[in-house]
Amino acid sequence: MEERKLKTSNVILQSMTKVLLFLIMIFSIYIFFAGHYTPGGGFVGGLLTSGAILLLLLAYDLQTVRNILPVNFLYMVAVGLVFAIGTGVGSLIFDKPFLTHAFGDIHVPILGELHLHTATLFDLGVYLVVVGVTMSIIQTIGGDDE
Amino acid sequence: MTILHIMILIPFVFAIFVPLFYKYFNKRLHTGWFVILIPIIIFVYLLQLIPKIASGATIYETIPWIPSFGINLDMYVDGLSLIFGLLITGIGALVILYSIYYLSKEKEALHNFYVYLLLFMGAMLGLVFSDNILVLYVFWELTSISSFLLIAYWYEREKSRYGAQKSMLITIFGGLAMLSGFIMLSMITDTYSIREMFAMSETIIAHDLFLPAMILILLGAFTKSAQFPFSIWLPDAMEAPTPISAYLHSATMVKAGIYLVARLTPIFGGTAEWFWIISTVGLITLLYGSFNAVKQIDLKGLLAYSTISQLGMIMSLLGIGSAALYFGYGNEAAMYAAAITAAIFHMINHSTFKGALFMVVGIVDHETGTRDIRRLGGLMTVMPITFTVALIGSFAMAGLPPFNGFLSKEMFFASVVKVMEMDAFNMETLGVLFPIIAWVASIFTFIYSMILVFKTFRGKYKPERLEKKAHEAPIGMLIAPIILASLVIVIFFFPNVIADLLLVPAVAAILPSLMEENVLEIHISAWHGFSAELYMTIGVVVIGTIMYLTLKKWTKVYRLYPQNLTINALYNNGLESSQRIAASITNKYMTGYTRDYLAYIFTFFVLLIGGTLIVSNSITIDLTNDAPVNIFEMAIILSMLVAAFTVLLAKSRLTAIISLGVLGYLVSLFFVIFRAPDLALTQLVVETVTTALFLLCFFHLPKFKEQTKKQKKGVPFKPLNLIISIAVGAVVTVFALSANGTQIFEPIASYYEDSYELAGAKNIVNAILVDFRGIDTMLEIFVLCIAALSVYTMIKLRLSRREK
Repeated sequence: MEERKLKTSNVILQSMTKVLLFLIMIFSIYIFFAGHYTPGGGFVGGLLTSGAILLLLLAYDLQTVRNILPVNFLYMVAVGLVFAIGTGVGSLIFDKPFLTHAFGDIHVPILGELHLHTATLFDLGVYLVVVGVTMSIIQTIGGDDE
Repeated sequence: MTILHIMILIPFVFAIFVPLFYKYFNKRLHTGWFVILIPIIIFVYLLQLIPKIASGATIYETIPWIPSFGINLDMYVDGLSLIFGLLITGIGALVILYSIYYLSKEKEALHNFYVYLLLFMGAMLGLVFSDNILVLYVFWELTSISSFLLIAYWYEREKSRYGAQKSMLITIFGGLAMLSGFIMLSMITDTYSIREMFAMSETIIAHDLFLPAMILILLGAFTKSAQFPFSIWLPDAMEAPTPISAYLHSATMVKAGIYLVARLTPIFGGTAEWFWIISTVGLITLLYGSFNAVKQIDLKGLLAYSTISQLGMIMSLLGIGSAALYFGYGNEAAMYAAAITAAIFHMINHSTFKGALFMVVGIVDHETGTRDIRRLGGLMTVMPITFTVALIGSFAMAGLPPFNGFLSKEMFFASVVKVMEMDAFNMETLGVLFPIIAWVASIFTFIYSMILVFKTFRGKYKPERLEKKAHEAPIGMLIAPIILASLVIVIFFFPNVIADLLLVPAVAAILPSLMEENVLEIHISAWHGFSAELYMTIGVVVIGTIMYLTLKKWTKVYRLYPQNLTINALYNNGLESSQRIAASITNKYMTGYTRDYLAYIFTFFVLLIGGTLIVSNSITIDLTNDAPVNIFEMAIILSMLVAAFTVLLAKSRLTAIISLGVLGYLVSLFFVIFRAPDLALTQLVVETVTTALFLLCFFHLPKFKEQTKKQKKGVPFKPLNLIISIAVGAVVTVFALSANGTQIFEPIASYYEDSYELAGAKNIVNAILVDFRGIDTMLEIFVLCIAALSVYTMIKLRLSRREK
């Protein structure tokens, strides 16, 4: 217990974090988007994103991370659920069974021809829920000083 | 809706309005005055049916209830049910009249009382008029419930609650037995209609289920009618208000069992089992009840035992009478049919005099404040009318002329004398017991009847022992017993009016085959020459008188019987020990330790799955189609084994946690080898997170001295746990290998291989997760979300700590 109170400098860790954070984030976003063709997807992507935030937590402290990311992760869980369910409900509007996905090649003004899929929206919901869940669990346990 | 249905269901409907009458009119008018209309209306309705029924016709009305199951409100009126209907409503009206004066309108919760009473009356009417056995059962249980409510009417008294519970347990036990008997009957005959069963009597008797069905149904009848040894609830039911004792526990409910036996006689009658069970149980009850009645010091207790005894007598008559169906025709049959006549006749008589006697006892209780024989005496001059009624009732009960009890008792003696000569059912040897038991029981009946009237009304008046100054009851309270007492005498002088109008159709209902031949002539005469039964009666009177006069000398005999061998003690001990044993069994296996429950669960798992594997002979371990094992797999398996054993044998928790992590990473390596990149990725990250959480838990574990000691020891060794865990592992392994060895159909995985065409995805795993089986994923993220919320609430909402 005594050692923990000792103030030490974390310059190396914090500097490394600043670089690694973006690498991990980009990788996680890559994993998320690539999920439909290569290994990955919302679940792993979400876990990796929260891994990045976790690194931030380790390098700094809880309050700093809250300042950097002023997000209530429980809301994020709710938003993720809304995405997932919304995708399912959306198919009902087109008179299709619940959670029927649509996909196709669509021309988007700036990006050109894209192969778009509503399953990505669903996966986005999964992603948000996973990030929200892991982060809120870690923050709740970490922030509990009793 | 026919008039018959309306008449049967009207008490239920009216019961809904009783509380309203009570609330708005009770201050001016006793609620009972509204209620009394109902039995009178039904009684008058039933009276006008008499000519029709007496001429041999019957009434059958039905309205659908659950037609798809064949359960309908089939109501059937014949001689037997009409007698019961008349008794229920006639005595019901008198009892309500009596209760109006008996129960104070200021002090008592009259709305409860009359609601329960009407409920009971309706249930009883439904019971006797139902032709459908399941409907009959419904009404049967309704009588049990309403009787329970009525016994515990003064629920603040402990004895009332005890009595109510006892009667409930016993009658419901019988009721449930009866239900299973009914179900067996309907299985045999494929109908719920009692009348249709009559025609199938021979099929039923030949069937394997005949004896179980009969015994179960008789259990119902015997518990309800307080036959030996189920009679114990009746004396305790005397805690009910006296009008209730008069109505339920002498005139109506206890006769439901009699009704059932009489009703089912055409089905079961004529067999030796039926004859023997019913007549022996009846005779034992007769003797037991009359013998015990003599020692009672509470007037209501005495009447309760006398009711038991009289019910036993009616029951034994029904048993003897069932022999008529054995003979089927001719004089012999007619002779035993006379026993049935006697049973029904005595039932009517018993209802009249026992109702009157209960009301008398209620009056005595009401006017003196006690029912204890030892404190009563000398009330003859104080309460002359009550005394007269008591005298009439008691003499009728004792079987003396000129009261109706004499007639039916003579018929009873005639039956038991005749049955001695019967040449069937082994009666040659045992038949002689019948008249002896009947005669001895009648002597006791005589004695307690005398006790009832003379100990209460003769002797010295002891005002200092009474709580109130005794005086004659108000006239309103006397009307009902006077009516009943006059009936007692009227029936004696004009028995054939009742015989022609009621008994003939009733006997025709019980012995339908006999009536077709017209051999039955029912004629009751008070004087029929110097026959055996007359001498028996004279003997009863002579010996009874002597014994009554020498009562003090021989009552010591009752003290010889050990108290802890009574049926009551048996019941109490049985109840208590069943609770105690149940509690001790529960305490034995419900230890409160999770480890014990886990042991049970795993043991059952091993027994069920392992047992099924062995019993169904499905252990097939076929390794020929398995893929070859390569060196990587071997290496990983070995490392996993090492890690697993490290977890088990680790001395410190930290070692176990890290080994667990190793195990997890090895599993993800396995996923890599088996080409499951998505799984490997997920497993890797999830394993990291859980290990971190484990470490967190480990860090926060409290440090007690004991725990540090235990840490050094590692996991304590328990042989039983070892056995169970090895067994579970073995069963799972064998199960998995056997399942792998038998492939029943092709896997459907090939369908998903077209995922690019079907779902526009090249990653099949992801396509399955989000597209093909997206709903599973959706619910899994729900699971995660609930887990997060639970962690959040568990940590943030620590109410118990905050309250401190």
